[in-house]
Amino acid sequence: MNRSEYAKRKEFLSGARDTFPLLLGALPFGLIYGAVAASSGLSMTAAVAMSALVFAGSAQFIAVGLVCAQTPVAIIVLTTFIVNLRHMLYSATLLPYLKNLPQIWRIPLAFWLTDETFAVTVHRFQKNDSSAVKHWYQLGSSIAMYLNWQFWCFLGLVLGNRIPDAQGWGLDVAMPVTFIGMIIPFVKTIPVMVCVLTAGAASLLTLAMPYKLGIVVSAFAGIAAGLMAQRLRKAGKEGLRR
Amino acid sequence: MTANEGWMIAGMMAVTFGVRYFLFAMADRIRMAPWIEASLKFIPPAVLTAITLPAVLLPKGDWQVSFANAYLVSAIAATAAGILTRNLLATIALGLAVFFAYRLFF
Repeated sequence: MNRSEYAKRKEFLSGARDTFPLLLGALPFGLIYGAVAASSGLSMTAAVAMSALVFAGSAQFIAVGLVCAQTPVAIIVLTTFIVNLRHMLYSATLLPYLKNLPQIWRIPLAFWLTDETFAVTVHRFQKNDSSAVKHWYQLGSSIAMYLNWQFWCFLGLVLGNRIPDAQGWGLDVAMPVTFIGMIIPFVKTIPVMVCVLTAGAASLLTLAMPYKLGIVVSAFAGIAAGLMAQRLRKAGKEGLRR
Repeated sequence: MTANEGWMIAGMMAVTFGVRYFLFAMADRIRMAPWIEASLKFIPPAVLTAITLPAVLLPKGDWQVSFANAYLVSAIAATAAGILTRNLLATIALGLAVFFAYRLFF
């Protein structure tokens, strides 16, 4: 194995390894998706196809809930679109790091872009070192997340009818707990703290918005607040210097 | 799988991939203004917080701000563990353990 092959392999494996805690977090989430899908009236094939082809945890959850409520397909697709809008913000963040890759890389990395892979990968990209194959890190994280998700969803589907009241167990607590673990490493400066507090407050004020639109609106509020805090801080420092 | 299910999955797949790929597809042609570039680093914590906080304070869709809310208690435990250990696995494992212990004993 030559040196560049070795570097790629190393990135791929560390991407998968660093994603491991998030695989644990996705486990209960996948199980309940499967269990809920099994009891929603969705066929087994459709439930598996959704995990394999859409691959978006929260959107899948919401879609299964809407299927249960016999919502028209157009509304389900529109809801999916809005719930997943946040991924456009993620891809904007990764853009500077991936723009020189050929489309053959950008397509799968886009398909596999999840909250988890994004949160792990962005730290790798931001690290200052000379590695030119950091996209292999993202690939490792992506594939680990994908296989893990398929497995637990499938198990949830199979067990779904046999576990009484799967939703009542509170397995959905895995999502907030995992996300808290992902948020903390980002909160290193005062502007980011301002951003988090604002986004949090906004998320509680926008609860009435339909289709989870509040998430995107709150994110923008947080980003704007963070930017402002950063500027004020900079201006304050320059003022002191004068 | 019924035709209706097929359309639903095709539609969901198209919009999900579309949202994820749109900017990647045009990456070469996009030039970001400096202030947009400066705002990128706020995106992950902002989005993740906006998803998490309502899930903790309104776990079943209604406000539950009390220590009877196991979601809130385990979120506080996970936050403390995250700040103290700076370890993702410890944060998630402790958050889950507290949740189930709390449910079992209270």
